[in-house]
Parts: sequence; C-alpha cells; structure tokens
Amino acid sequence: MKDLLERLNTKYNLTDIKYQRDNLVFLTIGKENTIDLVTHLRDYEGFTHFVLLSCVDWIEEGKFQLTYFLNQPERKYDIAIRTMIDRDNAEMVSAHHLWRQITTYQRELREMYGINFPGSPGVDENFILEGWDDIPPMRREFDTKQYSEDTFFPREGRKTHDPASYMKEKLYPTEPTTDKVNKTDE
Amino acid sequence: MNNLFNWEPDRSKYPTVKDNGELDVDLSSHKFTKLWVGPNHPGITGNMAVEITISGDEIVQAKTHVGYLHRGFEKLIERRLFIQGFPTCIRMCVAEPDYNEYILSKSIEDLSGIEIPEMAEWLRTLALEMARLQSLLRTVPGQGGTFSLGLGVQWGMYLRDLISDRFEELTGARIYHMYILPGGVRGLLPDGFKARMEENLKLIDQFVINIKKLMFDNVIFKKRAIGVGVIKKEWVDQFGIVGPNARAVGISRDIRKDYPYLKYQELDFEPPIAKNGDIFARSTVRYQELIQTVDLIRQIMAKMPEKGDIKSPTPNVLHWKIAKGETYIRSESSRGEYGMYYVTDGSDKPRRINLRGPSYNHAMSLLEHMLINANISDVHAIMVSLQTCPPEIER
Amino acid sequence: MTEDNFKMSNKQEEEVSKFFAPENEKRKVETPDGEIIEINPLQDYFSDARPKVHHPNTSKVVEKFLNWARAESLWVLGFGTGCGSIEIPPLLTPRFDAFRFGVQMRPTPRQSNVIIISGYLAVKTLKRVIRSYEQMQNPKYVLALGSCTINGGMYFDSYNTINRLDYYIPVDVYVAGCMPRPEALLSGFGKLKELIKAGKGEKANEYVEKFDWYKANQKKIIQDWNMPDYNW
Repeated sequence: MKDLLERLNTKYNLTDIKYQRDNLVFLTIGKENTIDLVTHLRDYEGFTHFVLLSCVDWIEEGKFQLTYFLNQPERKYDIAIRTMIDRDNAEMVSAHHLWRQITTYQRELREMYGINFPGSPGVDENFILEGWDDIPPMRREFDTKQYSEDTFFPREGRKTHDPASYMKEKLYPTEPTTDKVNKTDE
Repeated sequence: MNNLFNWEPDRSKYPTVKDNGELDVDLSSHKFTKLWVGPNHPGITGNMAVEITISGDEIVQAKTHVGYLHRGFEKLIERRLFIQGFPTCIRMCVAEPDYNEYILSKSIEDLSGIEIPEMAEWLRTLALEMARLQSLLRTVPGQGGTFSLGLGVQWGMYLRDLISDRFEELTGARIYHMYILPGGVRGLLPDGFKARMEENLKLIDQFVINIKKLMFDNVIFKKRAIGVGVIKKEWVDQFGIVGPNARAVGISRDIRKDYPYLKYQELDFEPPIAKNGDIFARSTVRYQELIQTVDLIRQIMAKMPEKGDIKSPTPNVLHWKIAKGETYIRSESSRGEYGMYYVTDGSDKPRRINLRGPSYNHAMSLLEHMLINANISDVHAIMVSLQTCPPEIER
Repeated sequence: MTEDNFKMSNKQEEEVSKFFAPENEKRKVETPDGEIIEINPLQDYFSDARPKVHHPNTSKVVEKFLNWARAESLWVLGFGTGCGSIEIPPLLTPRFDAFRFGVQMRPTPRQSNVIIISGYLAVKTLKRVIRSYEQMQNPKYVLALGSCTINGGMYFDSYNTINRLDYYIPVDVYVAGCMPRPEALLSGFGKLKELIKAGKGEKANEYVEKFDWYKANQKKIIQDWNMPDYNW
C-alpha cells in the first residue's frame, strides 16, 4: 500500500493522506486530476472494483466533497479519493465511461445535491423523487423537519423531549432549573 | 427441423439503430408494446418498477424505476444523535436488518476507537448468520416461486418464522431486533437457546433435502433456469457485481474471507462457487450457502464461550461527540458487499452516512442490461435471481 | 423450416396495415345520450366522473346479510407499500393462516375490497395507492399498518413520507406498532369484521362526501398530477 502511494505521489499531487486502517487510505486530489487518477488506478494498478461514489456537504467552507471509493480485489485494499468542488454551480467531470454503475450514482447526486455531471447519460431524469421543486433535499441547508411540518399535516399531540435535558431533569430533579428550558422538538 | 425449437427472432430488420446510436422504437408502428412490471408485483421483492418495451415476447428495452420506498434515511440520520440514528438505520433493508445494525455500530466503533469484548463478537456473528439464514430461507424457495413452485415458499416461510422466534427470544423482536449496539450487544443467549436452535436447524436440514427434490431435480425448473439470465464474467468488474451473483460466475469474492471481520477467521467455511452464471447457477450458490449457513451456526454455537462481557464502556450516549474523521465498513450480507461510508465532523451528530447496497448496482445498471433479449416470462425470475432489495437502493 | 417463412411479403404487410388503419383513425361516435363526440382509439380513456354514495339496502335484513357476506370474504389487494409487507407472507402460511378468516390476496384492485397500507408511504407510492384505491369496487375498506400511517412514526420528519394517512384516503382500522406482529394484523382483521357487521364500514362513502377535501390534500403533495381526478 505504501509503495503504491509513493508511486502515485511522483505523478499526482496528493494531500491529506490518512490511513484509516492498514488497507484503507483516504487522500485528497485536485478536481482536474481526479478522473485521471481514477482511470490510472483502474487501468494500471488493478483497482477494478468500484465501490461507491458519495458526496459530503461541507456547507461552512462552501464546498462539496466527492469521494470515489476504489477496491483492489487481488491485494485486498481500498483507496478513497476525495475531491473538493465548489458548492455554487457545482459541476464535476463525468466518469460514466469507466464503470456502468457510476451513471446511477451521478443521477442520484444530481438529484440529491444538485451536482451536474455534463455528458452522463440520463443524468437529468428523475431518479427517486417525482416532481420535486424545492432545493435538492440532501443539501445541509434543506430543513427536512420544517418541510415535513409544512407539507404533510403533522398530527397533534406528538410530544417529544430533547433526551439530554429530559434525562437531566429526571435524574436530578432538585437542581436549579436554569439550563433546561431549552426544550426542543427533537 | 432443429430451427423450429431454437427459433430466434430476426433482429436484422427491427429495432433499427438511429444515427446517434439509440434504438428506433416507434410505439405506433405496432411492432412494440410498452409494459410496466411493477411498482407492485408478486414477483418483485419490494416496490420497484421495470418499464419494458417488448417486440413479440422479447424485450427490446428495459428501464428500472425506483423511489417508491424512499424515506431519506441519510438525511434523517444527519439530524439525529449517534445513538438516535441507530433505530432509524436498521429499517434501511427490511429483510436483513442486522447487517444495518452491524455496519453502523462498527463505523461508530471504528471512528471512536472502541474495542468490543470477545463474547459480543461471537454473539454478533451469530446474529448476522441467523439473519442470513432468514434471508436465504426466503430467496432459495422464492426462486422456485417465480416458476410457480409455490410449495417451497410455504415451507421456507414456516422455517423463517421459527428463526424469527429464536430472534424474539434473543432480542425481543421479530423483525427489527436492535441487538447490535455501538460497543457490543444487548444480551446473552437465553437458557436453552442452543437446544431449541438445534431443533430448528434439524428441520432446516430436512427442508434442504426436500427443496432439492422440489426445485433442483425438477425438470421444469431446470428447463427454465439453465441458460437464462446469464451474467458474463467480464461484467463483474464493469457493473460492480458482488456476492452470490459474482460467485455464480466463478469469481470467488466473499467479504467474510477476503476482509475477515468478527469471528469469521475462526470458522471453517469455503464460499460456494458455480461456473455458468445463469439463474440455475445463482440458485445453486444460494442453496449451498443455505447449507453452509446452517453449518456455520452450529460451529458458532459450539465454539462460543458460555459467558463473558458483552458490552464495552462507551461515553454517555447523550453527549457523545466523535472527532472529525471518515471510514468505510463492509460486511457480507446474503446479497453481497454491504457497506457504509460514515463521516463525522466533531459534533454530536454524523455529517454524512452513505449506505452501499449491492442492489444498487444489480437492480439498476445490471438488470437493465440483462433484460434485453430476454423473454417476458423470465423477467421475474431474473429479478428474483439477482436478489434485489429495493429499500436499500433508495434508502 | 427457414427464417424466410417468418418474414411477411409486401402484399401481406399491406394487408396488415389496411386491417389496422381504419380502427386507429379518429372518428365521431354517438353516445347513448345522443351527444356526438370524437374519439381517438390510440388514446387512453378514463372515466373521471365523481364517485357516488353507495347507499345501504332498504331492507335491514338484506343489509345485515350482505354485511355478513362482506365481512366473511375480505379479499386483500396484494399491494405492499413498506416494511409491513414482510409480515404479510407469514400471515398466509399455515402458522397464522389468514385464510380461515376469509382473508386472501388478490392480484388486481378490481377483485379486492380491502387495501392494506403496510407502513410508510412515500409520495411517489401514494399516487399509485390513490389510483388503486379508486379502482377498487364498493364496498371497500382500508387497513393501515404501523405507526407511520398514524402520525409518521419513525419518519415524522422525513421529506418524502406522509405523516397521516387519513388525510389522503379514509382509514377504517389502524394496527399500531413498528412492525405489528402477524397476530396484531389478524386482530385488525377481526376488528374490521366487527365494524362491517355492525354496518359501520362506511368510510368509502365518507371519501365520496368529503371528496373535494381529500383531492385538495392529495394534490397538495403530488406535484405532477397527470391522471384524472377519479378513475374507476
């Protein structure tokens, strides 16, 4: 695993290398070299099994993190390639020509995060949602509880407590009640 | 005369291919019919629709439609505490909820560096194998069910219920067990559990013999399953095929062997393999896996210690914060690689979870590809033979 | 036998197209009311007339007999919508054996008079459920399974599952729990039988009476409403 990374380091500019386990490494690469690296790993290093394409929303930094998970079935190790793309007008080079299932992943990311993958077949078709007209639901700024309350007629009488303050009240009833008024609807 | 029995349609004339590479399917020409299989159909394991265009009784185009079971789990877990996400996540795949429990707990343990006691590892292995047994008792005869051998389904469902009873003893619930918690498991085996389990396993041994007579020696089953729905060897990497579907092509990929987790290293087993990659091969692999799972449960019950610690100390679950990090945990469910990508950001809630279910590839890109040129009467058989579980596609 | 036998000659093809052509042309038809309308045979037609109230029989004895017959033959539409559908197969196997109560599964809405909403309903499925429900013949009953149909249950804050089923279709019996056990389901059927025998299974009529309210609720969440208002 280490020699592989040394080989890659001579060719690509890899940052944030982190070994989560002996056979799983996370690394970051610039947006423009990502598909290049994925193709290189598939064709020359034997990473023939594509595990997962996922997206993490770092709203504070204004970035989406795309994670490409590749697996090398013979030597049994995994590599996770992170790449950061801008949150506004999010767009990424499509990789649908590498593995067939990436088409599906890109369709999902387009719908759930609003990331565009130009050229990916059927990327603008509805995948899971039907007639959705709000902001893409998996983005952090989308408040699913608020949406649910506004849309789906919540039944009255659903009373819930913030577990932390509720337990505190139950276990230490005699303590002064200064910091347990912030009951939320969680 | 041989031609009469191996007749194949003349596809040189239609469907014609357009300049841009798409098929020219004109519905008003009376050569094609559009049909929807699903979203609800007895042949489908869950709500999923396949939109097929047929010419005669052959399929020209197929397109999978999902989203009938979407609940937005990944969004819901992002706004729950680590422990609150736990009862939510197990509902992601209904047929085998224990795998959801395991991968979520293991992700949290991996990120916060908790080691679980040995007894808990044994009990987890037992629960996972019991879940696999339950799932296989549905799918192995279910494949016969698609060819109208409904009797096997009745047998399998009865035995599945017995395993549900054992789960009820062990965990208190029939379907959603919530047994595997971050840090360990919830309880030890009840008194007399092993004896009762052994009784059930004996019944399953008899079932295994009966189902072989009913399905695998049955000429109708063979006629309809052999050579139908073939997965080619080179597709395995192209489409990301895992689990029994890959093993039926002759590629030995089993997470339990390749990336041993829990106590699988100490158990003696070899994943079954078939060659041809058709429906019959996949059924055979599942059938042998059923026999193997029974054997594994016996091994686990013989090797596991009687008593021991079942839970490591964890931080107070209401104030549990995990430092920024990310991980990927995989396990071998009865359908194949079942994994979870888990990202934390230092707060008391996860930043992102992403479930990697095998059906995501099998039911979408692979099924659409496999159904082309198949006969319309084989659609359900092919779908069931891939063992898709729609809730894990859309979460 | 050669492949050429299966190909049609030009003359045959011409005959085939002649045979089909007049049928597929748009034409004017006189309705029983004397009105003249144009129909297009290639288009799907639905009846979108408003549903009518199904009045009970004027004779009490006959109505009682009919209710007994209805209660003893609950034919369930095989439509599993969520997790609950995993507990329905055990119901039909010898251990729980729902057949002894006259419960059996039917493949099409036309033949069934009970629909089980087995758990959460995603918005996409709700559209199909409404269509199936409206296609069922009167008298019809709804059995709602699981806490998610009552108040959203586990998914109270989900953006894609409804919270209360009774705002979209009328519910006769709720079976609470997550998941309800097969025994609970059987007891739900028992409760439904009691209601029908007492002449209280009138929720389908309630749907007709409050039709506009139900339609407004349904249209609020189903964005692309591309079907007739009531299709039976």
